[in-house]
Amino acid sequence: MTTPKRNFLHSLWDFFCSLKLTMFLLISLAILSIIGTVIPQGVPPEEYLAQISPAKIKLYKTLGFFDMYHSWWFILLLYLLTSNLISCSIKRLPHIWKIITLPVTIMSDGLEKSLANQATIKSSNESTPVKERVVAFLSAEFAEPVVTEVDGTWHLFAQKTPWCRLSVYFVHLSVIIIFIGAMIGSLIGFKSFVNIPEGGSVSKIMLRSEKELDLGFSLRLEKFSVAKYANGAPKEFKSILTVLENGKPVPGYTNVRVIVNDPLTYKGITFYQSSYGNAGNYFFTVSDLDGKNPVSLSIAGQSSVNLPDGSSMHVMEATKDVSQFSPGLSGPAAQVELHTADGKAESFVVYANHPELNIQHARQHGTGPVIHFKGAEELMYTGLQVAKDPGVEVVWLGCFLMVIGIYAAFFMSHRRIWVRIQNGSVTIGGNASKNQGAFQQTFEGLVDRLKSDLTKEK
Amino acid sequence: MTSSLLFNITTFAYLTSMILFFIFLASRAKTLGTAAMITAYLGLLAQSVAIALRWKESYDMGVGHAPLSNLYESVVFFAWTIVLIYALLDIKYKYRVIGAFVMPFALLGMAWAQLGLNTGIEPLVPALQSNWLLYHVVTCFLGYAAFAVACGISIMYLIKANHDANDQKTGEASVMSMFPPIRVLDDLNYQAIMVGFPLLTLGIITGAAWANYAWGTYWSWDPKETWSLIVWFVYAAFLHARITKGWVGKRAAWLSIIGFAATIFCYLGVNLFLSGLHSYGGGK
Repeated sequence: MTTPKRNFLHSLWDFFCSLKLTMFLLISLAILSIIGTVIPQGVPPEEYLAQISPAKIKLYKTLGFFDMYHSWWFILLLYLLTSNLISCSIKRLPHIWKIITLPVTIMSDGLEKSLANQATIKSSNESTPVKERVVAFLSAEFAEPVVTEVDGTWHLFAQKTPWCRLSVYFVHLSVIIIFIGAMIGSLIGFKSFVNIPEGGSVSKIMLRSEKELDLGFSLRLEKFSVAKYANGAPKEFKSILTVLENGKPVPGYTNVRVIVNDPLTYKGITFYQSSYGNAGNYFFTVSDLDGKNPVSLSIAGQSSVNLPDGSSMHVMEATKDVSQFSPGLSGPAAQVELHTADGKAESFVVYANHPELNIQHARQHGTGPVIHFKGAEELMYTGLQVAKDPGVEVVWLGCFLMVIGIYAAFFMSHRRIWVRIQNGSVTIGGNASKNQGAFQQTFEGLVDRLKSDLTKEK
Repeated sequence: MTSSLLFNITTFAYLTSMILFFIFLASRAKTLGTAAMITAYLGLLAQSVAIALRWKESYDMGVGHAPLSNLYESVVFFAWTIVLIYALLDIKYKYRVIGAFVMPFALLGMAWAQLGLNTGIEPLVPALQSNWLLYHVVTCFLGYAAFAVACGISIMYLIKANHDANDQKTGEASVMSMFPPIRVLDDLNYQAIMVGFPLLTLGIITGAAWANYAWGTYWSWDPKETWSLIVWFVYAAFLHARITKGWVGKRAAWLSIIGFAATIFCYLGVNLFLSGLHSYGGGK
């Protein structure tokens, strides 16, 4: 009755221990991961959804392709990989552990035949002084040997870095530690985003789960500035931030400079410079083509407003001095985007000092309103990424172990040498767990030197 | 002497070296192999000086940074690392003929960079202003270069293995006798990946550390990150394949070639076809 069950468990165990499963999982993960680099992840942009058929969208949603790295099947593969490497380690570890802790210190004939490197040195001396010589030689040139005597025959065993056989298990362990770190991060960490206008402060942030989180302190933006290179490329985005506890600035956290690649951390929560924009009002006058019915208009920051003719408008970018973009022109200008009532969108520049250009633009576009820019309030806001991830240290620990483990696994090898001294004849055998070629050279060098050492002064 | 002139000399040296390697392959004249290798070394030297000079030139311009900041600079650096890794392999094993299969990659990189890309020195945008840039790029590209060398060796392996399978064609036998035995090629392939894999791992980790420092997220499944992981998976599979029955030999060689194809896609394809954080590819 129990046999089939045991057979089933047995084959299940074998399945999880098999390297074929490892190959299958690694290759599957590699191939399936491609999906998420081709299909946009998270909330797919409208333009993308418009490109593909509704049937496809439904299919992708069902299969979890829009968030594939968190889909059940991807996570399942990761769990299978974890089970696979744990099983493989459990299966092989006892054997490896035995090799390390209970080394075979006597070279039997069977072992001798299995060794890749062997040599015999004939010596006419008695065994015991020869043994002393070989022990001294191995201690100096290789490693301290273990000496055993069996029926007048001396057996020596010396080894180097036996523990490096464990390195591959450290690599496997490191993968698991990284997974644990990632889980800690997703369970008790959070990521968020916050905008603060100059002079403003925040003490609560919205989490991705739509929950509000009280920081326990507040953060005030004193000033935001952008520096540019001579060619106009951005050089530095800089927020000057102050941490406030009960409304009072915290010493050491007052007027802290935060730039990209240099965040601010307070009480385990880190703020990263991420974006910026204008939080102030933009002012416009909108009129008919002939200048009649002028209406004053102000647009706050990134918001959009409706124009009298039913179209809507928002500001994409504004400048105090347009001459750096359009030589020959001067004064403030704004790049605006207009969405007409019939669904068309166009983006153009309107000026403060050049009303004729604004009129000309409106003329060219038929009946649209004439828009004049009147300047902007100067008030910047900064966009900060906010994160707390207590799992990060665990992930780094895993990464550190992985690097050390991979190094040891590839570039270190367990080298063993056995010597048998019988009737003045010295038989040497050796092997290495890796990099046999290099060990062969070492072995031959050792044998040569030992030979000259033993025959030096007879 | 400007870096730009030296880069042109480098390109010419790699071209000459490659042609010499090809003639060496056909003629089996040993001196040609040595000449090809010396030319490659001279090219490597010229390129090293050129990279150092470009670094200095950027400081003279007041925008000082390591020359690893845009597509042009990365392609040049990639070519440099390929020849460097190959040179190390040559010093250790002295299989000259491998050069005929590795130098084309280096030449391709230099020729594309010099002829097709914008060579100007540009100031660093805020996102790249970090010491992590140097560690991240150097480790990644040394890894990529080792994979390029492994790919060249795998191609040799497949040619040689195919030839050994039907070795009646005596005409080709002469060229084939130049190739190291397939056992050696298999081992060299493994050696190269053994160098590349830890470097790629370090490259991914330094990238994650930098991302965490700059954005607070060490992993965000950005296409570049994902593709680097795909490459990592492929080579992890390669390494496990060596201890799996039925996966040694030709299949392992194919894995190495597929791995390098994925590497190239990770490096260039992601920038040219997909969108994400590593936007230097768009900056032509």
